[in-house]
Amino acid sequence: MTVAEALVQCLERENVDTIFGYPGGAILPVYDALYHSSRIKHVLVRHEQGAVHAADGYARVSGKVGVCIATSGPGATNLVTGIANAYMDSIPMVIITGQVPTSQIGTDSFQEVDITGITLPITKHNYLLKYPDRLPAVVKSAFHIASTGRPGPVLIDIPKDIAQTKIAFKYPTSVRLRGYKPTYKGHPSKIKEIAALIGKAKRPVIYAGGGIIASNASSELLQFAEAISAPVTNTFMGLAGFPGDHPLFLGMLGLHGTRYANLAITESDLLIGLGARFDDRVVMNINTFAPKATVIHVDIDPAEIGKVIGTNVPLVGDVKLVLKALLPLLEKVDRSEWLERIRSLKAEYPLTYSRACGALKPQFVIEQLWQCTKGDAIIATDVGQHQMWVAQFYKFREPRTLVSSGGLGCMGFGLPAAVGACIGAPGRKVILVTGDGSLQMTMQELGTMIEQGLDVKIVILNNYVLGMVRQLQEFYCEGRYMAVNFRFHPDFELLAKAYGMPGYTFKTEEDVLRGLAEAIDKPGPAIINCIVPAEENVSPMVMAGSGIHEAIDCG
Amino acid sequence: MEKHTLSVLVENSPGVLTRVAGLFARRGFNIDSLAVGRTDRNDVSRMTIVVEGDRSLIEQVTKQLHKLIDVIKISNITEEEYVDRELVMVKVGAEPNQRVETMHIAGIFRARVVDLGRKTITFECTGNAGKINAFEESLRPYGIKELVRTGKIAMLRGNKFVSVGGTSRDDEED
Ligand SMILES: Cc1ncc(C[n+]2csc(CCOP(=O)(O)OP(=O)(O)O)c2C)c(N)n1
Repeated sequence: MTVAEALVQCLERENVDTIFGYPGGAILPVYDALYHSSRIKHVLVRHEQGAVHAADGYARVSGKVGVCIATSGPGATNLVTGIANAYMDSIPMVIITGQVPTSQIGTDSFQEVDITGITLPITKHNYLLKYPDRLPAVVKSAFHIASTGRPGPVLIDIPKDIAQTKIAFKYPTSVRLRGYKPTYKGHPSKIKEIAALIGKAKRPVIYAGGGIIASNASSELLQFAEAISAPVTNTFMGLAGFPGDHPLFLGMLGLHGTRYANLAITESDLLIGLGARFDDRVVMNINTFAPKATVIHVDIDPAEIGKVIGTNVPLVGDVKLVLKALLPLLEKVDRSEWLERIRSLKAEYPLTYSRACGALKPQFVIEQLWQCTKGDAIIATDVGQHQMWVAQFYKFREPRTLVSSGGLGCMGFGLPAAVGACIGAPGRKVILVTGDGSLQMTMQELGTMIEQGLDVKIVILNNYVLGMVRQLQEFYCEGRYMAVNFRFHPDFELLAKAYGMPGYTFKTEEDVLRGLAEAIDKPGPAIINCIVPAEENVSPMVMAGSGIHEAIDCG
Repeated sequence: MEKHTLSVLVENSPGVLTRVAGLFARRGFNIDSLAVGRTDRNDVSRMTIVVEGDRSLIEQVTKQLHKLIDVIKISNITEEEYVDRELVMVKVGAEPNQRVETMHIAGIFRARVVDLGRKTITFECTGNAGKINAFEESLRPYGIKELVRTGKIAMLRGNKFVSVGGTSRDDEED
């Protein structure tokens, strides 16, 4: 069989049921091989960025490796943003690109681009396939690398002539990568040390990130938090990894985190970092972050430990396994005083917004969305204020129900990711909360969504402005609003109509109370256009240079 | 800030140098010197990298290098007893009045003449960086026309190795 046919075989062996892609000349042999596959469904997107984000959304909700495919040159470069996005958020993905024939590589031939060179800094690993026989081993390794250790995207670039070469197919049963051996089990003596530290701590705080989701450790996290009576704050990537309505939950921390999370961190004497990377939007000012705390840092990626802040107890390992090993060693400690303090912080600094002015507030829409779904939905978002309001006001219950671009903060992620999420989690309600700016970055994927018959509800928090940038300009540029106001928007109801789905426009709280639940419950896709004020800010906010305990109110 | 010498074993695969060099560039680590060559095994190359930085920087460099799939083993050999060498070739003017003096200097440094022309003479010299630097400085007054250094290579002393172990791989990565 040809390398292209072998590739399809390999994908089937890896239990790939869906791939997102866009065809072209250099990838032609692979598409020809896909033609004969009855097990793999190919989802034709409208732009390669849509394919890569969709594969990403698929991976986030299912925990499986997302797969996408594109042709050489422009097809490959259109993937770049999405690959960077997956890399920043540690999403397991395999990306297949066509390449010009081997003899033309390096000659600036038609649609030639060095995609392995371009993606070097944004892939966990990548391959340019030079020897046809190596294909099965390369694919096997790619899936292995993408899905193990700290997950991430792996790209395989296949020259057209190689794809057409005949090989004897044999799928390897194991991989041999001497330079790649992730550490899963935490060191037992370190685990004992951690248990002892927890036993002595008076004001512990658990700071849990995306590693909780990646290692499927939510239930262990819940047990752990309850066992030691410690409050839990999530990073943005960690949201949905701990029940949003749990009394121990502090919400998100950092730049737009809750005041009580940020203050709890500041008062804490033991910070337990689990699968989180002390990102700059979390730490803000390194000198004032968790000043009183002994820091424990558990991560599967050794390079994250000690990268940003000094750690007292570093532990390399898979968070789930570490927590499992830790649980039996924990002693019940009375922390009523600390929990009382947490309760009073929550009471003193609640997350609020003003509803006085009569306009429809975006936060209100999110709250109502939660009321309609009771947290039982997959929420995809784009990037901007709406994303932060989701993080603040939607109480996630289960892991893998938030699909959002964290590390890259990539506008345009939402719609294609919702498409992928809808395919990756059949039967689940999928709601996209987006902004009028973000949606228009990848709006062409409405076509994919309708063609695939996907039930995605698109809630636009439409403020006629690039809200998050407007907010930055208000605070950092003394209100000089430059290039943030839209003077034209399409009629989103008519747009919905053009795609054959219902469109709604809500302008008041009454509109939402009257119509949202029905619009959400009605089967089939819809666009729900909520007109919200442009001046609304995400609050609280930590100004650049300040510590997280110095957040300001900007509501 | 101290200089650290890392002995890094990598897959002998295309692109591995780009991966390592790219990593240093994008993470803002400075390479003081880099020497690459194959080991006793066809499928493994060794990079001897000299980096300047404090402990925490070297730790980050090492950890980030480890994340590269093609990197097999890293050893900071500066932490132990080791020997290091560099090779330099220096071409200087060879006017009759200079010849004797430069040859005399070469003798002191145990350098050898590898090429002699009507107008130039080329020496080769090996040693640690200090010796090479001293050799260079001694020749400078005579007008260095060209100088090539290999970069440092290094090895642990005694019965200690930075090696892969096991047999050669049949299925190489590409
Ligand atoms: C691709 C990309 N370009 C630019 C930005 C910078 N940026 C961050 S938020 C934002 C505004 C987003 O506007 P919108 O989608 O309408 O959401 P809102 O903030 O109004 O809720 C911009 C331009 C980005 N994050 N991503």
